[in-house]
Amino acid sequence: MNRSVLRKLYPKGNYFMQGDEAIAYGAIFAGCKFYAGYPITPASEIAETMARELPKVGGYYVQMEDEIGSIAAIIGASWTGLKSMTATSGPGFSLMQENIGYAIMTETPIVVVDVQRSGPSTGQATKGAQGDFFQARWGTHGDHPAIAISPSSVEECFWTTIDAFNLSEKFRMPIIILADGIIGHMREQIRIPDPEEVEVIERRLPQNEEEAKLPFGGDLIPPMPIFGRGYFTHVTGSTHKETGMRDVYTPSVHDKLVRRLHEKIEKHKKEIVKWEEKFTDDAEILVVSWGVSAKPSLCAVLRARSEGIKAGFFRLKTVHPFPSERISKLSKKVRAIIVPEMNLGQLIIEVQRFVNDDVRLIGVNKIGGVPITSEEVYNAIKEVV
Amino acid sequence: MSKYRMLKYLRQEVLPTTMCLGCGGGTVLNIFANAVDELGIDPKDLVMVSGIGCSAWIPSPYFKADTLHTTHGRPIAFATGIKVGLPDKYVVVISGDGDLAGIGGNHLLHAARRNIDIAVILVNNFIHGMTGGQVAPTTPFGAKTTTTPYGNIEHPLNISETVAAAGASYVARWTTANPFMLLKSIKKALTKKGFALVEVISQCPVQFGQRNKLRSAPDMLRWFLKNSVPLKKAMKMSPEELEGKIVIGEFIDRERVEFVEELNKIIRGVYVNAD
Ligand SMILES: Cc1ncc(C[n+]2csc(CCOP(=O)(O)OP(=O)(O)O)c2C)c(N)n1
Repeated sequence: MNRSVLRKLYPKGNYFMQGDEAIAYGAIFAGCKFYAGYPITPASEIAETMARELPKVGGYYVQMEDEIGSIAAIIGASWTGLKSMTATSGPGFSLMQENIGYAIMTETPIVVVDVQRSGPSTGQATKGAQGDFFQARWGTHGDHPAIAISPSSVEECFWTTIDAFNLSEKFRMPIIILADGIIGHMREQIRIPDPEEVEVIERRLPQNEEEAKLPFGGDLIPPMPIFGRGYFTHVTGSTHKETGMRDVYTPSVHDKLVRRLHEKIEKHKKEIVKWEEKFTDDAEILVVSWGVSAKPSLCAVLRARSEGIKAGFFRLKTVHPFPSERISKLSKKVRAIIVPEMNLGQLIIEVQRFVNDDVRLIGVNKIGGVPITSEEVYNAIKEVV
Repeated sequence: MSKYRMLKYLRQEVLPTTMCLGCGGGTVLNIFANAVDELGIDPKDLVMVSGIGCSAWIPSPYFKADTLHTTHGRPIAFATGIKVGLPDKYVVVISGDGDLAGIGGNHLLHAARRNIDIAVILVNNFIHGMTGGQVAPTTPFGAKTTTTPYGNIEHPLNISETVAAAGASYVARWTTANPFMLLKSIKKALTKKGFALVEVISQCPVQFGQRNKLRSAPDMLRWFLKNSVPLKKAMKMSPEELEGKIVIGEFIDRERVEFVEELNKIIRGVYVNAD
């Protein structure tokens, strides 16, 4: 990415914009050069911003006929070496699941944004929700790893998107951004940095023909012999050997491949999984939240603290893989864990797997499209004091 | 086998192919390789994309080029991203009728409408072959398949006419019994700027023929020849006369604005040059 182009187009400084727009600008700062998508509320502003801005940096916007085609097109573009992204909401995210699995199996770096809205089905199309926590983890079939990250503010939409591109390039896999309709449409002040301040990671390419011979093995994260360079790369979503050649009959070939796909994430979990915590040192009551529900959670914790209640705050930035070790450790010191989220209890299921039975686990769950208030979280804290 | 001139275009380590005896897929692979050879295309300039099905196996993994074997029905959508990224390469999709015109029919229509510079070889064997011979959107009315044991009550889609109407630059239909016309059309499709479709009516004696009194590949080829009507002649025939016939020929051959060129025009118009 030409830094001087970015500097000229988007001079560093404070801007006032929507979360969706911040995601688009984050993508451009990360070097995204190809976007394919299909309109859907509350994600359309990402497409609109990309359609307007991408050509200015020499990138391509293609509006596809549906979300299945959109994710297919970005996978194809990624194999030509272009950093690629699509964005959608619940219904479209459901349609993309088969090809998310394809991108995992073929180790294709792509970024998929799900600006979550109220479901199931068309649900409340214009209302935000956090109901896709598990779809982001287990939406596609078969054993597979997943990385999903979730922004809690407009500013974070920008940086989360850069992280997503860097993770996808580094680990050669699809990265899911779980935003939501409230943050996507909310306007906040954000600081656009100088491109110099942005770390941008590029995928590893083979340095010679020899390195291009094992696109799906050899190393834990093999170099990617992109198309058009004369490598005669073969890519298939069927079980394949390290060379890329299909072998669906040898049990050990499948075992080795799928275990390696997991291992490349497992082995780098420390580097991938990020969170934010406050007042956890002496906390007796821990509020664990994510995405749009994190802000009211923090407000409630601050209020409780001002009243001398030993409340702590934990926010997942990475929702998958789950910060299991940290949650497990913190849970040993607390009496109760409160989990506010805009669904009927999804993150809480994951939390439950890693805490002892003697910890009280309380969900603050709200659906219907109205965000959780700090009052609601505060009341839950008061109940367990 | 070592004398086969087209062997140099194939990944020899994965031969022999998985095709059944008498499958039309071999003819398509052979003619495609000959087209590449006659045009003098360097396989390094080819990207082959296919979906899922027996016909999707024609290029993948056998053809020695970059090959992307995608999900069922979606190869044209994958190819769209590839063509945008590699506008100077030949991007070719070879896949089945179920794949491209059934589950993936929407992508076929819209790629033709966009007129993106992709060459599609759609191998129409009237059936979902790989899954064991179920009815397809191309199965003739009345034909027996494993899921139409009492005869097909649906009408087949006229793929070539539909794609021509949708906006493609080039559309032709031939059968595997017309290898020289097929070769000519595949060469044209490869060199044509814009969306090009070659529909190949191909024999599947195993899943289609045997259930429909066409026991062997030669039986099927004879049936193709007997039932084929050149487009010019067909235009003078009534729908009733054309019932059950295979209309062959070039349906469209025209110049039309191409999608990726237009995309790049936009970039040239607004690209910010900071230096
Ligand atoms: C989403 C999805 N649905 C169904 C299948 C199963 N399937 C595999 S091949 C095939 C049919 C292929 O038919 P066609 O494209 O006509 O190719 P042929 O095998 O006849 O050459 C189907 C339905 C699949 N792989 N993926």
